[in-house]
Amino acid sequence: MLCESCKENEATVHLTQVIDGAIKKLHLCEACAAKSGIDIQGPLSITDILLGMGIQKPADLPDAERTCPRCHMRRTDFKKTGRFGCAACYEAFAEELPPLLKAMHRSDHHTGKVPSRESLRVRASAELESLQQKMDKAIAAENFEEAARLRDAIVACRRRMNEPEARATP
Amino acid sequence: MTIAELMRQPSAWLAVGAGEGPVVSSRIRLARNVKDAAFPGWAGAEECERLWNRIEPAVRRVASLQPAESLAMGALDELERQILFERHLISREQAEKTKGSGLILRRDESLSAMVNEEDHLRLQGMRPGLSLRAIWEEVDRLDTEIEQRIEYAFSPKLGYLTACPTNVGTGMRASVMLHLPGLVLMNEINPVIKGMGKIGLAVRGLWGEGTEATGNMFQISNQMTLGDTEEQIVAVIEQIVQEIVEHERNARERLLERRETVVRDHVGRAYGILSHAHILTSKEALDLLSGLRLGIDLGILSTVSRRVVDELMLLTQPGHLQKLESKALKPKERDRYRARLVRERLTGSDRRRGEQIKE
Ligand SMILES: [Zn+2]
Ligand SMILES: [Zn+2]
Repeated sequence: MLCESCKENEATVHLTQVIDGAIKKLHLCEACAAKSGIDIQGPLSITDILLGMGIQKPADLPDAERTCPRCHMRRTDFKKTGRFGCAACYEAFAEELPPLLKAMHRSDHHTGKVPSRESLRVRASAELESLQQKMDKAIAAENFEEAARLRDAIVACRRRMNEPEARATP
Repeated sequence: MTIAELMRQPSAWLAVGAGEGPVVSSRIRLARNVKDAAFPGWAGAEECERLWNRIEPAVRRVASLQPAESLAMGALDELERQILFERHLISREQAEKTKGSGLILRRDESLSAMVNEEDHLRLQGMRPGLSLRAIWEEVDRLDTEIEQRIEYAFSPKLGYLTACPTNVGTGMRASVMLHLPGLVLMNEINPVIKGMGKIGLAVRGLWGEGTEATGNMFQISNQMTLGDTEEQIVAVIEQIVQEIVEHERNARERLLERRETVVRDHVGRAYGILSHAHILTSKEALDLLSGLRLGIDLGILSTVSRRVVDELMLLTQPGHLQKLESKALKPKERDRYRARLVRERLTGSDRRRGEQIKE
């Protein structure tokens, strides 16, 4: 059998991929498989397939050269590789994401593990908000003793929020 | 530890002689990235080297990885990287990298971290048999230890941020390797594969050379990483695998019941060819070794141990074979050396008496 891509070499890489319940077979030579970045033992990359099919581009014109402010990846770079340049790209190319995530995943919201410093931060910021509200109320009620106590609690909470980060910086 | 030393121990994914039956091994991989650093594919060589110098000392010291070994890709030759790939310790993509990329592993290979592959970190746990829950506990602990030292790129809404949006969320890929000759021989494998797709699992043949499932080895893994918890992902795969194992056992029983002679012939021929062939391609070797594995599982082959068969599945791979023979071999030469290795191991013959392979 000849390679489906170059139609020259013998196809030695035969992939069976299941996409939306349909079995799709791909026969490639080793060179073409390597070229298309197929990692034979790795997970399937459905990004490649999705991007290849050209998932609807939201009006190509104005944001064709949208660029990530942090890593300077351009939208066209992302379209080419299907890989982001840095974590900030998720913000910069936020408009690209919903259709991709919808096609790839169960939902658009993470429900799994949260890094412990992150959960500390989330808990602390909720606490901070509630303390702030209480302090505003105490001030409005001219209960300054209570307000001073709450202010100290807020300072302590802020300190706790910054601590794990400060300690972790290498 | 050198690659030669590594080769003297069984690979974690193909643990020698681990239990009987269709489940070979389980594996979990977590993708993680360092906060505020460009992903490896976009960072450029210099930045990757800086990142390796920052990540390596931090990861090498975590408790879970002790005793830890650190292998910089740049310090290994192509053959050694190929061997790590065949042992499922690095990906094909990483096997092509050199500077600024590396592997940190616990000596027993069951827990490891690829550094600067597609993501800054790919944490991996591997064990024989169906053991995703136990692996998740271990990889989870490793991940928690690392996050004390390295702050990850994380978003409360999207979870762990990864270079490829297919991995975002949990960053988790859980997979189980299955040996399913019964379903293949009974022509019942396609409906199983189709069913997997419907519930969002991916099924693929294991080895690239040859047909879609050389050696009747299949890998089942989750495709979706965003939306479910790690525990949910693990639970679904464990349950489905148990169902497939049930199907496979049924298929094997029916095979023996209805086509006993055909099965005995299949196993016997596999043994006959393997113990007498002088030219063996990688694909042919794996397919025939699958026959031996089935014969041992069914109790109709007793002259060969499962240990020898599992060992050969790894040692007949191109990288391992060449390292074992201590020389680079062209594909055609490999086929002859492979056949000799298999003959020796199966029949216990001595190389000194065996025929020399003409160069
Ligand atoms: Zn080709
Ligand atoms: Zn970016």
